[in-house]
Amino acid sequence: MFSNPFLLAAGRDPFVELPQLEGVKQFVNNWSPPEFSLPFIVLLFIVLLLTYKKWTKPVIALTLLVVFVVVYFGAMLVDYNYYEILKKADNVPITIMLLGCGIFLWTAFRQAARNDVRLEAGKPLVDEERDDKVLVWPDLVYTELICLVLASAVLVIWAVVLPAPLESPANPAGPPNPSKAPWYFLGLQEMLVYFDPWMAGVILPVMIITGLIAMPYFDTNPKGNGYYTFRERPFAISVWLFGFLILWVVLIVFGVFLRGPNWNFFGPFAYWDANMQVPLTNVMMSDYFWNPKDLLGFGWSYALPKNPFIREISGIVFTAAWVFILPPLLARTVMRKMCMQLGTFRFYVMAFHLVIMAMLPLKMALRWLLTLKYFIYLPEYNLNL
Amino acid sequence: MLTTALNYIRSTQVWSSIFRHGIPRDRRTRVMAVMSNVFLHLHPVAVRKSGIRLSFTWCMGGLTFFLFLAETISGILLMFYYRPVIEYAYADIQGLRAHVTLGVLREIHRWGAHAMIISIWLHMMRVFLTGSYKPPREFNWGVGVILLVLTMLLSFTGYLLPWDQLAIWAITVGSNMGKATPVFGMQGPFSDVLAFREGVPMVTTKSDAAFLLLAGTKVGAPALMRFYVLHCIALPVVAGVLIAIHFWRIRKDGGISGPM
Ligand code: HEM
Repeated sequence: MFSNPFLLAAGRDPFVELPQLEGVKQFVNNWSPPEFSLPFIVLLFIVLLLTYKKWTKPVIALTLLVVFVVVYFGAMLVDYNYYEILKKADNVPITIMLLGCGIFLWTAFRQAARNDVRLEAGKPLVDEERDDKVLVWPDLVYTELICLVLASAVLVIWAVVLPAPLESPANPAGPPNPSKAPWYFLGLQEMLVYFDPWMAGVILPVMIITGLIAMPYFDTNPKGNGYYTFRERPFAISVWLFGFLILWVVLIVFGVFLRGPNWNFFGPFAYWDANMQVPLTNVMMSDYFWNPKDLLGFGWSYALPKNPFIREISGIVFTAAWVFILPPLLARTVMRKMCMQLGTFRFYVMAFHLVIMAMLPLKMALRWLLTLKYFIYLPEYNLNL
Repeated sequence: MLTTALNYIRSTQVWSSIFRHGIPRDRRTRVMAVMSNVFLHLHPVAVRKSGIRLSFTWCMGGLTFFLFLAETISGILLMFYYRPVIEYAYADIQGLRAHVTLGVLREIHRWGAHAMIISIWLHMMRVFLTGSYKPPREFNWGVGVILLVLTMLLSFTGYLLPWDQLAIWAITVGSNMGKATPVFGMQGPFSDVLAFREGVPMVTTKSDAAFLLLAGTKVGAPALMRFYVLHCIALPVVAGVLIAIHFWRIRKDGGISGPM
């Protein structure tokens, strides 16, 4: 559907072969594993938050959109592997979601920028100036009718153009490789790289839900209620968008586009080779604690103790400190004001969610830097963290 | 001619028994049009102009609701053709394209489901970025989060029904997580804590969290039936009720938010 029509007409392979591009593709492949690309994406996220008054200007935003669209879809013309991934019917929603997130973030931050400039100048918000009430009939009812017609048309066209996939009948004996959950859960499946299922599949999702429900009670900042702004609630917006955009949406993109057979990572232009072997180095925190000499080249070297709790003492102490000592520490230092506003109970519920969320990037970083597999490794109790 | 005919219809007893107001042309009749209609009156009578601007709401809540309705209608039509037993399920899905007039029912239902997931996420993002979860709307945000979970569960349970390779293995990956539930899952931490008495564990492969979901140790015929019932009846009904509460609360909380 997206192949190059000119080359097809000439009876040639639809993919433009540009040897000059091989180097670029290789470069992208080499730098796309999460240990390189995620820090870069986080950096980009921070820059975008800091410069929101600049990049939301229509000219710049439009340029960014055009560049994104050209690169994102253009690459389909020059690489078969990438083309195969993107054109899959079930992956089309991911593309729509990415474009949707981008466009809506732009409208949000554009309006935030406008409001913030006014707030700084002590002027009323854009909406306050032109706020008059209108009757639901006809203003709203007609808007709804138009949306209804448009949405129906889009849905029907989508359904006619893109057939729903149906694979071979279920075969309980033959799992496909890779076996993937539905795409909206792939952020969780991607977390399985860093955590065991009880964490990635149960604790974290439950805490996402409880955290979301409790969020209005954590955020007692009365400002920014009912209008777009960034200036008046930078902390809330940064944390929430980091969770949603990076820890959810970006992980889904990795899971859908870049995880191939055996959940190995493949760059966007790489062939999904089912035979690729990735050497696994599993180092536990207890190994570092009892035997740094072998691993780091200095310090002591003891045999692992027999008693599992003594063996894992470093991980247990570390986790306990992360969950139970870090929040009070925050309450006494950087989050002092917040703790006073929220009251002790609310603050600790909030801080508990926050440190558990922060555990994911922490574990990622330690995995990449130290190949750390688990803080706590207690197979005796199925308890690995 | 036409006007006379329309005027006549409007003057009949049948018409005026259904619509209790005149043509919505002036303020009074327009207010009446919204107030006297059970569907329209989920809306308030008047709204803030800035609240219904497209660039404010992105229309994403409305789109989510539209997709919910589209899924309900196409889903009911699909139920005419689909039997949730493993002998027939796959063939019934194949038949949808071949034998059913306008064979895009399944496409509408599937792409509509994907679209609903996207629109609900974007709706949540818009509500967050406008700070619309702040008082007095904390509760409605909570209702929304439950709706989010229900929507994802609806999609998840529907994923199994075509009974193809994609379906059973995606659900296998998902429900394997259930096995890892702490205490209540066979492979989760502390699965041996609960016991009827010494040596007789409460949590076994036949009684753990994954078994509750699948009605078996693997994704099989009983799981298909269970997912079907959840997908077609239990979840949509609960979601429908919560959507009604959600809309009612928007109104009661002072309409779509705006600067106060
Ligand atoms: C089936 C799912 C849902 C439907 C059909 C739905 C529908 C709507 C609609 C039509 C509105 C009116 C304003 C707008 O369109 O933005 C609205 C507002 C709202 N929604 Fe939802 N929604 C759903 C899920 C959610 C979720 C997941 C959340 C948050 C987690 C949420 C939180 C809210 C809140 C707080 C408002 C009030 C916003 C305001 O007053 O500005 N809803 N919803």
